[in-house]
Amino acid sequence: MIHEDSKALLEIRGLRATVNGIEILKGIDLTVRSGEVHAIMGTNGSGKSTLAKVLAGHNAYQVTGGSITFEGNNLFDLEPEERARAGLFLAFQYPIEIPGVSNSHFLRLAYNTVQAQHGKDELDPLEFEDFVREKMKLLDMNPDFLDRGVNEGFSGGEKKRNEILQMALLEPRLAILDETDSGLDIDALRIVTNGVNKLATKDNAIILVTHYQRMLNYIVPDFVHVMQAGRIIKTGGKELALDLETRGYDWVGAEYHAAAEA
Amino acid sequence: MSMVTSNSYLESLLQGQPQLPPSPLAWFNQLRASAVDRAGMLKLPTTRDEDWRFTDISPLAKLSFQPARAVSTLQAPDVERFYLDEAAIRLVFVDGAYMPQFSTQPNKARDLGLTVTDLSSTAVSSHGAVIEPHLGRHAGFQDNLFAALNTAFLHDGALVIVPRNAVVDAPVHVLFIATQPEVASHPRCLLIAESGSAVTIVEDYVTLQEGAYVTNAVTEFVLEGNAQVNHVRIQRDSTQAFHIGHCAVSLAHASRYRSVSVALGARISRYDLNARLAAEGAECAIDGLALISGRQLADTHTCIDHAQPDGISRQLHKCIVDGAAHAVFNGKIMVRPGAQRTDSTQSSRNLLLNAKARVDTKPQLEIFADDVKCAHGATVGQLDIEELFYLKSRGLSELAARNLLTYAFGAEIIDRIPVASLKQRLEQTVFEQTKRS
Ligand SMILES: Nc1ncnc2c1ncn2[C@@H]1O[C@H](COP(=O)(O)OP(=O)(O)O)[C@@H](O)[C@H]1O
Ligand SMILES: [Mg+2]
Repeated sequence: MIHEDSKALLEIRGLRATVNGIEILKGIDLTVRSGEVHAIMGTNGSGKSTLAKVLAGHNAYQVTGGSITFEGNNLFDLEPEERARAGLFLAFQYPIEIPGVSNSHFLRLAYNTVQAQHGKDELDPLEFEDFVREKMKLLDMNPDFLDRGVNEGFSGGEKKRNEILQMALLEPRLAILDETDSGLDIDALRIVTNGVNKLATKDNAIILVTHYQRMLNYIVPDFVHVMQAGRIIKTGGKELALDLETRGYDWVGAEYHAAAEA
Repeated sequence: MSMVTSNSYLESLLQGQPQLPPSPLAWFNQLRASAVDRAGMLKLPTTRDEDWRFTDISPLAKLSFQPARAVSTLQAPDVERFYLDEAAIRLVFVDGAYMPQFSTQPNKARDLGLTVTDLSSTAVSSHGAVIEPHLGRHAGFQDNLFAALNTAFLHDGALVIVPRNAVVDAPVHVLFIATQPEVASHPRCLLIAESGSAVTIVEDYVTLQEGAYVTNAVTEFVLEGNAQVNHVRIQRDSTQAFHIGHCAVSLAHASRYRSVSVALGARISRYDLNARLAAEGAECAIDGLALISGRQLADTHTCIDHAQPDGISRQLHKCIVDGAAHAVFNGKIMVRPGAQRTDSTQSSRNLLLNAKARVDTKPQLEIFADDVKCAHGATVGQLDIEELFYLKSRGLSELAARNLLTYAFGAEIIDRIPVASLKQRLEQTVFEQTKRS
């Protein structure tokens, strides 16, 4: 929901980034205010996940230009874990499997770390068990997933639910959901998006990264951005997503290049 | 490496040996005497010996040893903290000497249908016929100085006999406690699992001091047909200590041996495990974990000898090496002529936590049968950066993330220990150890 007077959570200006010396992000500008839902769409390889990873602080990506402020602070001053504790959350496109670390142990560590940051009480294993089971109900998740290794042997859809479960536990100010819809069947998509909607408030914001319109039927965006070759080449309202669904991405690129030449 | 004339050095190692009281069993005294002779002929191995290529034990030769003195100051609470809740039977040895006051009474074992006793006890005489074919026959000392020394000092030791078809759920805990620096002790175990029996035995080396000492242990396990033995071996010696351990396992028809060995302590440790699948359809699972740091060296040599057809062996050995520590793994799989349909897998996985840490891992397959399935593999790696990033992206500090992943790597082995309280305790130890590093 757009509120005229809400403050900017995230301000990206002229962001450039490389991986292995190859420039992937070529000047990104984006402002996200609290209460808003932004969708970033674009074909495969346009740099959406790279942007998400740069925001989360993955050190394989070198920032070569521009700035990012998060709640007024220079994001580049913060390590990945400090970003997480400050309220930035990335739901991974490809969640990592960590055999040998039990999911419940991992979830509790993450939860307690962020709680401690906010000066709140940590939960012991028994208290946490009750707490996390409630959150799992929201996502229609089988509690058995607590006893497995982190994402170990989870199906694509189960991994995505586990990501949103983490979002529900950490209650971030800004959540970036990278292709959370892929791997979810239609029932699961409804459940997961419903869970996300319940977490949305006027004080937080969500960036949805996707290349299908499908998810946007459930989580309605305030802005839709189209990314191509490391740039945001068009921004519109939720109707832009429907346009993209029927007409594809080519016309957006053509329009952008025509404007650039003019 | 420093040269030590074997004679003067052996003199020091054999100090006190002549004072051992003779056994009423003639063959027992004979065995001991031949081990003394043999020890006199063997030399301390050097890095020029293929089997000791990576493990320089010359620091051992620089240490002067005394025979252990009798300890009178040890109080029950010193010892009790090592006890296992699940263990119904416990044998406690302090600096190599049997401590009946800390051990469970022999009648308790008898109630469970077991014979568990100290090798020096008079009870042993009545089992002479059962023991004689096995004691010192599986862990040969002809070419092995340490086994010869241990046998030369044969006196106290754990004897466990599980009678035919007896199934004992509660583990037998054999606890060796080091309390004095600069002594050499020679722990000894003999387990005979008669046909169809099942037992779990925990061989546990702990210390109450941080000095330098030598533990030179020999263990022999005999599994008769269809017997099942779980063997947990924990080495938590002082980080100044030297630990040399030998275990020889003989598996008869369709018997099953499962072992988990964990090496945490010692400045230099060497563990040799030889399992001989001596009859058809025998099965073994041999897993190990070495978790070392600082300047520690942990060397594990295993040999799984498929001597007969239809044997199965499974092996996972892991090393977590921090600081400037050095881990060695040599895993030999022997498939003898005629050992058809042998099914064997071996995996060596190693985690280096420091640029100065080192591991030498070597699978050694010697296959002389044609219809066999043998797979082996070795990996050496660091912590995975994508896993680290994932954890950090959820707020865990770099250190917490590293600890968690390191711990998880080791937990795969510790999880296989079939004694819950021991598993828990070790998980805690590993967690604390990885935290420190
Ligand atoms: N770690 C990496 N190493 C090399 N190339 C990468 C890496 N990450 C992304 N890229 C490249 O950057 C481009 C953008 O990828 P990505 O951000 O994943 O796109 P999207 O998420 O939009 O599909 C692609 O050409 C991809 O191959
Ligand atoms: Mg992507």
